[in-house]
Amino acid sequence: MSGQFIIDHKPVPFEPGQTIMDAAMAAGIYIPHLCHNPEFHPHASCKLCTVKINGRPASACTTQAAEGAVVESETDELMDDRRILLKMLFVEGNHVCPACEKSGRCQLQAVAYYCNMLAPEFTHFYPQRDVDASHPDMVIDFNRCILCNLCVRASRDVDGKDVFAISGRGIGSHLIISSPSGRLGDSAFDAEDKAAQVCPVGAIMLKHQGYDVPIGQRLYDQEPVSVVGDVAKYVVKKHDQ
Amino acid sequence: MTNKTRVATASLAGCFGCHMSILDIDERIIQLADLVEFDRTPITDIKEVGECDVGIIEGGVCNADNVEVLKEFRRNCKILVSLGACSINGGIPAMRNQYTLKQCLEESYLHGIGVEDAQIPSDPEIPLLLNKLHPIHEVVWVDYFLPGCPPPADTIWTFLEELLSGKPIEFAYRQIRYD
Repeated sequence: MSGQFIIDHKPVPFEPGQTIMDAAMAAGIYIPHLCHNPEFHPHASCKLCTVKINGRPASACTTQAAEGAVVESETDELMDDRRILLKMLFVEGNHVCPACEKSGRCQLQAVAYYCNMLAPEFTHFYPQRDVDASHPDMVIDFNRCILCNLCVRASRDVDGKDVFAISGRGIGSHLIISSPSGRLGDSAFDAEDKAAQVCPVGAIMLKHQGYDVPIGQRLYDQEPVSVVGDVAKYVVKKHDQ
Repeated sequence: MTNKTRVATASLAGCFGCHMSILDIDERIIQLADLVEFDRTPITDIKEVGECDVGIIEGGVCNADNVEVLKEFRRNCKILVSLGACSINGGIPAMRNQYTLKQCLEESYLHGIGVEDAQIPSDPEIPLLLNKLHPIHEVVWVDYFLPGCPPPADTIWTFLEELLSGKPIEFAYRQIRYD
């Protein structure tokens, strides 16, 4: 039996089994997120999609939609929280936007723009991380990894290769590669893999190309992620009906 | 003395790109000159910063001189603005933070390609480099941040116009960029 709940005063229909995120996206309503990708099982690790459901905070990507639920998303308090989470992501890695090929189509950047983050403001960690260019077609820059787990999920669930995993705990968490040497070039990874296409930031990139789209024409240059991001195709579908 | 808002600017560990972007407001600079009096800036070539309403800093903090200039700005300016990627998160110069200072100096002055008469400069006139490069907010309190590499002239103009007229600081989506 389908039902209806409320997000920021707007009614949102849902089908049984849908999460708050699924139903919101299907209705063309954007809830900021980074580790979530509608093509994969939700992970609820970035916490950006935290909303208040009947006054209690919960991740929209893993909480089932419920009849009559009152969901708050774009409140000052929740947007403040999101900015803090984004600032922590920025200072924990080395995100040099002016020198990154992903700039302009980077989801971390786009969500930060959407949440009105002007600067990371916290003390920067400047962690020492490697760049692994051992693969003939792909490069992995660990400086930019935000541990969203999407490559792990794609490689495991779609490619059936288990090339990636997150190792360590807390601030020591890091992405590892399954190969005898631990290098990408010695793994079963292929540029055609789903895992090669899901990185929301500039951590896993295709080699031999870059800066191919002029500034001004990149994905998030003109319109925010809430319009042109993964929610876009649902907005179109809704209009087509 | 006039009642005009006094503005000072400086470039620390930056490339002067942000200052170029300030100049990129084109003819609006005439309008700006009606509203503000420039104190220390690379445009006036005044060397010391006096009492100012607004201080604008481009670039991060990479050496002892940067620390001194930045603290002098903070002491003298009611409002301090962090302008551009380098002052906000270190930017390109902060890529040296992946290496020790010794490694950087040796690569540049001893082992670099085409180096002749290899020696690490040690003239006392040259400000000592810090071990790491820092965004300016790690050294002093910053009131406003304007991102971009450089921030577009339009963004700078919007900011100055809103600040000088006492309006809330707000930007259109396309005015805020980290690159």
